Formats: sequence, structure tokens, C-alpha cells
Amino acid sequence: MTETTKRGTPRASEPAGPVVSGAIEVESLVIRFAGDSGDGMQLTGSEFTRTSALMGNDISTLPDFPAEIRAPAGTIAGVSGFQVNYAGTEILTPGDTPNVLVVMNPAALAANIGDMEPGGVLIVNADAFTDANLKKAGYDANPLDDGSLDAFEVIAVPISTLNQEAVRDVEGLDSRQRPRSQNFFALGLMFWTFDRSLDNTLTWIEAKFADRPPVAEANRRALLAGYNFGETYEAFQVRFKVRRARLRPGTYRQVTGNEALAMGLVAASERSGKTLFYAGYPITPASEILHFLARMKNFDVRTFQAEDEIAAAGSALGAAYAGALGVTASSGPGIALKSEVINLAVMTELPMVIVDVQRAGPSTGLPTKPEQSDLLQVLFGRNGESPVPVIAPNSPADCFKAAFEAVGLAMRAMCPVYLLSDGFLANSAEPWRLPDPDGLPDLRFDHAYDPATFAPYARDAATLARPWALPGTPGLEHRIGGLEKRNITGAVSYTPDDHEQMVKLRAEKVERLTDVIPPQQVFGPESGGLLLLGWGGTRGSLRSATRKAQAAGLDVAHTQLRYLNPFPANLRDVLQRYERVLVPEMNSGQLALLLRGRLGLDNIVSLPKVRGRPFTVSELMRNIHELLAETAPRSVRS
Amino acid sequence: MTIADIPIVHQPGPTLTRRDFASDQDVRWCPGCGDYAILAQMQRILPELGVPREKMVFVSGIGCSSRFPYYMNTYGFHSIHGRAPTVATGIKVANPELQVWVITGDGDGLSIGGNHFIHTLRRNVDVNIVLFNNRIYGLTKGQYSPTTPYGTRNKTAPMGTIEGALNPLSVARAAEATFVARTVDRMVNHLADTLLAAARHKGTSFVEVLQNCNVFNDGTWFHVTDKDRQADNVLRLEAGKPMIFGQDRDKGIRARGLDVEVVTIGQDGVTEDDILVHDPSAASALGYLLSRMTYPEFPVPVGVLRQVKRPTYEEGLVAQNEAARQRQGAGDLRKLFHSGDTWEVPEDGQ
Repeated sequence: MTETTKRGTPRASEPAGPVVSGAIEVESLVIRFAGDSGDGMQLTGSEFTRTSALMGNDISTLPDFPAEIRAPAGTIAGVSGFQVNYAGTEILTPGDTPNVLVVMNPAALAANIGDMEPGGVLIVNADAFTDANLKKAGYDANPLDDGSLDAFEVIAVPISTLNQEAVRDVEGLDSRQRPRSQNFFALGLMFWTFDRSLDNTLTWIEAKFADRPPVAEANRRALLAGYNFGETYEAFQVRFKVRRARLRPGTYRQVTGNEALAMGLVAASERSGKTLFYAGYPITPASEILHFLARMKNFDVRTFQAEDEIAAAGSALGAAYAGALGVTASSGPGIALKSEVINLAVMTELPMVIVDVQRAGPSTGLPTKPEQSDLLQVLFGRNGESPVPVIAPNSPADCFKAAFEAVGLAMRAMCPVYLLSDGFLANSAEPWRLPDPDGLPDLRFDHAYDPATFAPYARDAATLARPWALPGTPGLEHRIGGLEKRNITGAVSYTPDDHEQMVKLRAEKVERLTDVIPPQQVFGPESGGLLLLGWGGTRGSLRSATRKAQAAGLDVAHTQLRYLNPFPANLRDVLQRYERVLVPEMNSGQLALLLRGRLGLDNIVSLPKVRGRPFTVSELMRNIHELLAETAPRSVRS
Repeated sequence: MTIADIPIVHQPGPTLTRRDFASDQDVRWCPGCGDYAILAQMQRILPELGVPREKMVFVSGIGCSSRFPYYMNTYGFHSIHGRAPTVATGIKVANPELQVWVITGDGDGLSIGGNHFIHTLRRNVDVNIVLFNNRIYGLTKGQYSPTTPYGTRNKTAPMGTIEGALNPLSVARAAEATFVARTVDRMVNHLADTLLAAARHKGTSFVEVLQNCNVFNDGTWFHVTDKDRQADNVLRLEAGKPMIFGQDRDKGIRARGLDVEVVTIGQDGVTEDDILVHDPSAASALGYLLSRMTYPEFPVPVGVLRQVKRPTYEEGLVAQNEAARQRQGAGDLRKLFHSGDTWEVPEDGQ
């Protein structure tokens, strides 16, 4: 099949507008690139995103890759995808339903077609729809021929053949390498259709493959061939254009959650004047933080790839004891291993930050899929009474701020602090408005130095923190450890009074962080029928759904909880002002349990989701409608 | 005040004595425990190092031996079971100026903490690990440990253990340790000398101390400590000296193919020239064989089995960071934030 079978109009979030210089203007577009994990879809998607960001669009992305590095080619297990949402207005999610799906083989079609709505556009590499590939993807008949895709606008292009043709004459390229550039052909086609400039990617190719000129040349030719194919081919005569977004003035760059988090730690190191000691053990989806920080050597960041998760935590605590910013990161299974060391940090009252980039569990679970199911683990998964503050960033760029803040909280209360990210935040990207480094809070710390007044467990009157006395300071030699101790002196003690006092002090110290935790704000009416309460990475979907509901005249407000322990001081008051509080979370209802148990509220409605995927705006809308229909009509404002 | 403002004492001040290293805590090991001797020898040798007290940190795990830091008037961290090497690594990497000691036991260091033990050795972090080997769990009252000999009866093995024991020196050697030594609680001068040599070695030093638990495993090293038998049962290894031992200094260790054997000088034509000369820096398998010599077939070797030079982990790390700073300039947050593709959104929003 070498010809276009159908031609359609991408159904964007707004109706297609007038044709502006040959392109139809739309408000936003969601495009998903899907192919075999060896097809380079992550690269294609991120290049499309980068160009869109540089052209001034707001963006949000979601990569979706298999856990296996190379699952058997052509199988559904090996399908890798990358979704980008780009718009001329502020957007908060990678989008629910792709307007356009680009598939490189039958398996990619089979894996993704379920997410498309009727009328959506499919751009298909027709060459890959061979009998063998169809069989691997579980198709009995070719879906391009059997009418099963009639509800969609299918554009079948012989991408492999056209790409082979384009790169045939590149010298120094063997036959094995030739098909590799076909993702650039697809990208070029997308650049034409969606009116993107080729310049950024051309420059990128030149730099990236500088040491392999034949590969650079092949990719360049494939990109141009794809673009030119769109320009000349009749099926692609109508193009779509998304206006620049009106973002807050400033300098921006694209950032993923893991990158932002790593930079937040570096910034905290610079602003505290302390060496950052970061220890990790390879684990998805936290490893990128270690990769990033391992390159920050000129900031004197000391990264340590430990022999196991326990050693990573133990060394971070040792570094904190010696006066560094001690940080360790992992995902759920690794966090479970670290918990004994975290308890030692609780007991020795030393500041450290533990990053949990959550993934779907239990056990090894779904390593590359996000979930928010470690909330109760980080709060309660340790022996004894062991309070630990928990902060959860709510967007990729917010990971920067949250990491910086976590360091500040740990030093203020002299205790370990959890930073609860997730696989969705870690890998998705959005524009980040670059902060002024000099405007970041000063985190310099007053260490103990005076032997005349020093006591290892003396308390700061306001924060109840104990002094941080660094080895190397003359006259302050003292011993600490995991045994219970007496307040002030720190002498080992097992007396009932001492134990009770210390348990209460450790809890009160964490509770007093509410002095610096901002009060919970709501988006929308201050009281009324329904409040959407989320935490962490679900913010984008919840805010989008709330806007949509409000635009439809529904009485809905939204608030996103960033501080899971302690809660902001006003949280109970805020939640009481609504008849219902809907709590969507990517677990079986962990925050809902806490709200009911800790705040004694009876208006909490849990909305659990455990599918390894973020909430979509449409499923939230459905739940909002259902809930408001159940409650009294007075709660629905017209 | 920040860390930079803390006054640094460059002069060690008055010469310290062993009493300066004793803390105000009552020592609570069982009367007669071998740990007392190790504590005493440690407090005896530390003044000789010329390192200010505030620059010393003792880190321990869990077990009888791990109470050690409480009795030392230095910085001390009594951590959790098996994890002392991890805490010590973090301390040393964060501040390479500190002299860091790890005090551990056969259960703490080789069972629950076995993984950290081998990886610390292979990294060659400049810390000193002292392992009190009494071949029993003492604090938990008498269960067999990874060094308990096969067949030994105790609380958890009433019919005798059915697990093979491991040899700490062989493990250390296999883990690429740069300093491996053995000493004995009752050989106080040898103990002091060995601790001193460990402290002075740059890189991870590993010292196994054969230590008696007089409550749960009394006499486990009696063949080594018994004055009447010590000369025949113990081989004192000294660099450059032949491996001769015995009451009459007439027994020695000779190479035989890929193995070693005990020979008697003067018998069967054996002369002193046939006896192996100890070389702690030897890379050969013979060096490894020393760790495999076990009683009663062989005398128990004590002293420094191995000492070689290799860059330490923290030296490498600091050097790389310094090289990066030279090449890229000191870290600059503004530059970092602006790295990659950036774009401007002007005041009018377009």
C-alpha cells in the first residue's frame, strides 16, 4: 500500500479556525508518537516538543516506555510511546486523548488505538504492516484494509520505503543503518503538518552526530524528505498552526521533574554553602537524578553509587553527620530497604533528604509506570513512633522548588525529610521559568561551636531542633546513636519518662514546621458543594478538570496538597467548608484514609486509580458530574 | 555562624595521653571480656598519631563491640546493625580531613553487614575497620555467627552447626583490601602495633582481632592465647622476615607447588633458606595462601598479611571534582539554569 487512504482534520480542543497563510489555527494539539522501542520514538517526541517550546508554545509531555530495554521487536510489549500536548494557552497535562497518533508498526497501533476517539487522525507507516508484524501484534487481518479503522482518519504513508530512498546515496552508511533514520522522516512529516520549523532539529542533528557524519547526513536527509513529502503530497495540503502561549514574562527552558529536582538540590547546596552528598543505587525511575548530579562535579557535588539502597541511605546520613547536605533517592522497593537508616536519622536528629520517585507496586510492580502508593509507606513504614515530614511536588518544574524546600525543612527541624515525587513527574516535561539564583532563600546554617554552652540534645526554643555539631569542631566531642536517650545531654536512657518525653519532642518538632508551611489555598469558591483535593503529580489533571467544570457553571473548587506531613495548619478548616471533598489519587485511597483518620472528617469521597496511568480530565469530569448529581441540587450553581 | 567561621585549631595543643581518649561513661562489657584490652590499646596508641581528638570519629554497628564509641572521648556514632561502613564512608567522603574508625564484630561485619564490608574494602575508602571476632553473637546471648566453626554446638545449633565458617582475612583479601591484618586481644603489644599500622595506612585498613567472649564462647581462641602453646601455634608475620615459629624457632612455612607446608628446619635437609620470607605487598597467590592457613594444620598467622598502595576513593572523588572545576569553572547556578535551549517571553506576552 503506497497511497494515502483517507484524509481528515485533526479534532483539536477548539474547533478549527480560519486558514491563516495556509494553516488552520487551533488552540492546542495532542500528538502521540508510538513505535517499537528501537524505533526512536522518545527522541522523535522530545525533538518535536523542543521545537514547540522554542516556538513559544506551552507544552506538557508524557513518555511511556516498556520496562524491558529491548523487548522482542514488533511485539506489543516492546511498544514505546511519547505524547506531547502543546498549546497557545496555559496547559497543565499531557492531554487525555491524542488528536493525532503516529504509529510505526502494527503493535504500536494495537497498543494505542484504544486511547483514540472517533475522528482522530492516524498516521501509519504502511510498510510495517507486513503479515509477520501483523501476527506479532495479534492481528488476524490487516486493520488498514479490513475497515476496522473507519472511525478514524487514516493516513498511510510508506515511511520505510521513502526513508530508504532518501538515504540511499549517503556514503558510509550500511544497509543495517539505513532504516534507523525513519523516525526522522516521520518527524519531518509532522513538522510540515503542524507548521514547525526544522532549524532546531537540524542544528541538533549536526551537534549530536558530529562524530558520525554518515548518520548525521542520513538523519538530515530523512528529516527533509519527510517535510518535503508533506509539502508536495496532496494529502497534506492543509496544515495546522498553534499560536504562541501567553506565559508569564521571563526566560524559560523545558525541564523534566527529575532534572528540576536535581537542580533544586544543587541550588540548595549553593545557597547553604554546603557540599551536596548524593547517594543512590540504580533504580527506575530515580536513576536520572544520579546521572544528572554525577555531571555536577564543578559544583563539588559528591555523588556516590552505593552497593545497595541501604548503603546509599547510610552514607547520606554519615555525610549529614559530617556537615554535608546528605541526600539519597530511590523508588518504592528501595525506599523499603532504606527505612531502618531513616529511623536512625530520626533518632540521631540529623537533617537528610530522601527522594522517593514513586512507581506502581507492590514489590517490583510496574517499574516504568507511575503511582502514588508510597504515601503510607513513607509516613508509617518504620518501627516505633517515627515522624518524618513529607513534601510532594505537583508539577515537573515544581520539583525544583520542592527539593530546595525539603533541604530547608530538614535543617530547620533537624530531621530527615521525604520528597515524594513520582514516575509521571520524573519523566514528563514542561516549561520552567528560570528563577534568579540570588533571589533564592538563604539556607546558611549556624553550627554549634561553643564548648561552654554545647549539649548534644539541647533544644532551640522555637523549632525544638537540636544543635548540629560537626566532627572537627574542638571541644564538642560527643556520641550519638540509635539508642533512646535523655533530652539535652543525649546520654543513653531507657527510663519511662525520658522515652515518653523524647517521643513527644520528635513529634512536636515536626508539627512545628507548620510555622513555615503556607496555609492551604483553594482555586475557585471558598466554600460550597465540591472541592477537588489532590496531592503531588495529579495537579495538572485536577486543575484542568476544575476549570472545565467551572466553565460549565458547576460549583467546584480545587486545591492541591504539597505538604503531607505536617498538614498546613488551616487544612481542616478549609475542607470543612465544602459539602464533599473528592480526593482523586493514584492509589487505593491513602490520603483519604489520612484525612478521615487525622482530621476526623466525614465529607471525604475517595477516588482511587491504580492503572499505572495518570488521571485524565474526562474521567475526572465524569466523577464530578456523578458526585454533583448525587448531592442536593442546591450545590450546583448555574 | 557558618561552618566556615568555626575556628580551626592548627596546633594539636598539649600532647594527649591515653586518659584524654577515655569518655566519662562507665564501661559495661562483662568483666573479663576481651573488649577491655582492645579499648585500652586503642586509647594507648591514639596519642601517638598526633591527630587532634576532634578529628577522630568512631563509628559502630550493633553488638557488644559496637558499644566501643561510647567509651571513646572522640566523636562517635553508634549506628545500626551492619551499616557502620556505610555511615563511615559518608563521613569520610564529606570530610576527608577526619580520621574514621569502624568498630564491628563477626556478626555485625560479616553477616548482616557483609555486603558493605566487601564493597568498602574494594573502594578503598580511607577508614580503619577493626573487627572483634569472638565467633559468637554475644549481645543476643549465644547464637552461632558466620565465623563459628562447623559442628560447634550452641543455642541455635544444639546438635552442632551445619554451616561452613568464613575466614575474614580471605574475604578481605578477595575483596581487594589494601591492608589486611590479624591480631589477638591477649597479645597487647602486638595489638597496639597492629592498630597503629592500620591507622597509618592510607586506604581501607582491615584488622581482625581474635577476641574472647568469656560468657558465651570462652576459650574459642585458647590455642592462640595459651602461653604454653602460643609459640607453637602462632606465626608472627613481619615484612622481610622468614616465616619461622615454634618454641625452639625451628618450624617454618615453605612453598610446595601451589600450596604451603609446615617444615622443621634441620630435618630432611631443610634450611632457613627454604623458608618463605614475608612480603605484605606480594600480588601472588602465595600471599593469599597466608590467609588460608588454619589451625591445627597450620599455625595461626598474625600481623600484617597484606599492605599495598592504591588511590583512595575519596582522593579520586575530590580530584575529579577539582579537575571539573578547573575545566568548567566553579559551578554557577545561573549558567546551570540557562543550560540547554532557553527562550524569552517578553513583557507583552508575545
